[in-house]
Amino acid sequence: AIFGCSTLKQVCMTNCPTLIVTVGLPARGKTYISKKLTRYLNWIGVPTKEFNVGQYRRDCVKIYKSFEFFRPDNEEGLKIRKQCASAALNDVQQYLGEEGGQVAVFDATNTTRERRETIVRFAEQNGYKVFFVESVCEDPDVIAENIVQVKLGSPDYTDCNTDEAIEDFMKRIKCYENSYQTLDEDLDRELSFIKIIDVGRRYLVNRVLDHIQSRIVYYLMNIHITPRSIYLCRHGESDLNVKGRIGGDSGLSLRGKEFARYLAKFIQDQNIKDLKVWTSQMKRTIQTAEALSVPYEQWKALNEIDAGVCEEMMYEEIQENYPLEFALRDQDKYRYRYPKGESYEDLVQRLEPVIMELERQENVLVICHQAVMRCLLAYFLDKSADELPYLKCPLHTVLKLTPVAYGCKVESISLNVDAVNTHRDKPENVNIHRSSEDALQTVPPHL
Amino acid sequence: MNTYSFFNVTMASSPRELTQNPLKKIWVPCKNGLPDRHISQRRVCMTNCPTLIVTVGLPARGKTYISKKLTRYLNWIGVPTKEFNVGQYRRKCVKTYKSFEFFRPDNEEGLKIRRQCALAALGDVQRYLRDEGGQVAVFDATNTTRERRGTIMSFAQQNGYKVFFVESVCEDPDVIAENIVQVKLSSPDYIHCDTDKAVEDFMKRIKCYENSYEPLDEILDGGLSFIKIMDVGRRYLVNRVQDHIQSRIVYYLMNIHITPRSIYLCRHGESDLNVKGRIGGDSGLSVRGKEFAECLGKFIRDQSINELKVWTSQMKRTIQTAEALSVPYEQWKALNEIDAGVCEEMTYEEIQENYPLEFALRDQDKYRYRYPKGESYEDLVQRLEPVIMELERQENVLVICHQAVMRCLLAYFLDKPAEELPYLKCPLHTVLKLTPVAYGCKIEYISLNVEAVDTHRAKPEVGTFRVSSGMLNLSWCLQASHLW
Repeated sequence: AIFGCSTLKQVCMTNCPTLIVTVGLPARGKTYISKKLTRYLNWIGVPTKEFNVGQYRRDCVKIYKSFEFFRPDNEEGLKIRKQCASAALNDVQQYLGEEGGQVAVFDATNTTRERRETIVRFAEQNGYKVFFVESVCEDPDVIAENIVQVKLGSPDYTDCNTDEAIEDFMKRIKCYENSYQTLDEDLDRELSFIKIIDVGRRYLVNRVLDHIQSRIVYYLMNIHITPRSIYLCRHGESDLNVKGRIGGDSGLSLRGKEFARYLAKFIQDQNIKDLKVWTSQMKRTIQTAEALSVPYEQWKALNEIDAGVCEEMMYEEIQENYPLEFALRDQDKYRYRYPKGESYEDLVQRLEPVIMELERQENVLVICHQAVMRCLLAYFLDKSADELPYLKCPLHTVLKLTPVAYGCKVESISLNVDAVNTHRDKPENVNIHRSSEDALQTVPPHL
Repeated sequence: MNTYSFFNVTMASSPRELTQNPLKKIWVPCKNGLPDRHISQRRVCMTNCPTLIVTVGLPARGKTYISKKLTRYLNWIGVPTKEFNVGQYRRKCVKTYKSFEFFRPDNEEGLKIRRQCALAALGDVQRYLRDEGGQVAVFDATNTTRERRGTIMSFAQQNGYKVFFVESVCEDPDVIAENIVQVKLSSPDYIHCDTDKAVEDFMKRIKCYENSYEPLDEILDGGLSFIKIMDVGRRYLVNRVQDHIQSRIVYYLMNIHITPRSIYLCRHGESDLNVKGRIGGDSGLSVRGKEFAECLGKFIRDQSINELKVWTSQMKRTIQTAEALSVPYEQWKALNEIDAGVCEEMTYEEIQENYPLEFALRDQDKYRYRYPKGESYEDLVQRLEPVIMELERQENVLVICHQAVMRCLLAYFLDKPAEELPYLKCPLHTVLKLTPVAYGCKIEYISLNVEAVDTHRAKPEVGTFRVSSGMLNLSWCLQASHLW
């Protein structure tokens, strides 16, 4: 028993739950920030959920008619909106109280001091820390682009044409403007908040209370919305891959070298502006990058998962020598740590600075490894810990990720060079007493 | 496994072959067996052009404290940084400080000297960033007027430096008074003054700057990159962060505080492998190690520390030690001992016998040397950076860790360079109590008087390495290792 250890996580993120509250006029990126932040926090292991009051409103008022609903003198509208906010807060309470949530993101305009005070009281009653995230922007181009990206496709405007939708939405924004009370350094000096101005040109940060708020601020200060693409791929097929052995530090097979040449051509053809190339410090990724004839940076953090005592073994050998370990791994592949090695959970921690730097960068090609690529992909595609270790990341395939609207577009590009399959699905039988046959049921073929 | 084969055949029109640097175990492209044009191996290219950090603020606002701390942090994470304190230049120029009158805005002579000192400092900045391998220079002065800042910006532009301003704004009289007590009274300027006179003079000195002070403004200075720290970190205004290093600097500055506290560092109690002279592994405590853990528990209780946090690694020996304290503790994988790879659980004699080359390479550059399939001290520092960041955020903390890990943490607090770090003395059964004071750290060594083996291996005199006939090109390899 590990007496006294509150959590095995790298740091006890927060003693009491945190309620993040967005603030800002419509089309200022609140939902974009909410979703992205939620995705990041979940990826680093902090159970987080967002509560979008607009969603509650859509569930309540089945059909959106026009901006008139949002007029400040629309009593009926105000009543419904207030109810929706309350319903959302109730769900927040449930999530943080009963469902094991640690952070809840309350995504709404929250543009008046009065509304914010209500939320602060609610948080106080429940013992939550509150952190406000305000987005302030007056750049008409940014707002217009926002409307195009996420409003036109919203359920509210499904039956409208573009011009009508934009006109209505601009009027909707106007409904909020008169009563908007932005967070103020003096009037709101007791609150904890970050004010993001002009999409990250400037930030005002007030009273950061704890570790999680400090991490949230750091993350928010590193993200941007400049269009770009992230390319993820594994090294070319390696000699150990061919033999069905995991880990190690072998060089590329002939087909792996061929892939590297094809990758070079692919990259050239894509004509990517200012592409940065990153590799791990293992021979096979570096060999792959060398074929591109462009500068690249080596990151130790991108090294493949350390399989400890199982390094360079075939799955058959692991089953023979460590049948218990093999079974435990199948039971919880995300948390399972190889003896003297690492777990996927460890990998995520190791990769966090890579993700942070990827957020800062623009066009990047990351040449890495199977487990590493799964972790990175899970971050971009918001995959849970249970799915992560089984994401398909085949050799000789490039994934092109392009942020769009609230998520990420994925294009899978196979470079048509044959390679072994290294993907091992979860077998049916994960019992520690299972037969070798059951254990090895899903091992992909190899030499 | 032969990692030293340089006999690669280069294929026609194929990518460059790779060879592994024997010291750092980094794969680099090679031509004819020699390392080819060097590609950046650093984790991330911190900055393409040098960065000039410029402090801004009235006297006694913590500019020098921030400058020194930031410099220490950047150097520790591997970014060569140096601070240039204009007040120091002034003290060298004007041997004896008389009074605040020197700083009066109408003192022509004083203004002239102060300007010259600033220029002299900038000259040294230029030399540091251009000729001495520096990457970041911290220009520590009041820089309270837009005019002065404009001069610095021009200087930076001419030299191709990025500029990042760090302003400290504070009107809390208690904070300012404490600042004066901590660092001004003992300054060379006031050595011959009594406390009251010194305080009075210093307050008048501050007044000299107040009228012409033009704080960084979000609108007027909207084009500059800066962080404005208000009321010792209560609030921050951050404008136009340009790159990775500035982002790291902002994150660091937003995590530090000046609340008095102490950090206690110690190793786990003596372990069974320690007793056998074996490195690494994951063994439990010896009998004496358990005794130490008990003594540590008593020591901690006697210290009566306010809200002490206890951190351990995820290795058995640190956790066993913490268990004896009967208080909650947190396990950090990042605090695990350095991974000795293939040498895990060996004695030094066995390493010499099985890996004599590795052993020699390690002694040549213990900081950068990476064990085969293991880590280097340099790797450790990278791994420990989040620990340091959280230590900065926290107040009273006891960190129960390991020899190499403790050396890295200690080097951060005591500003020890990479060459000294791997040889810092961190004996078993000894607690180091670090208390920030003035611009540095007070350190107390507290031995808990429980006997233990000595695990410290000093740097041996590096002799010539004998090349055995079976391994070609090794002497070349050793001599040339500095090329990598």
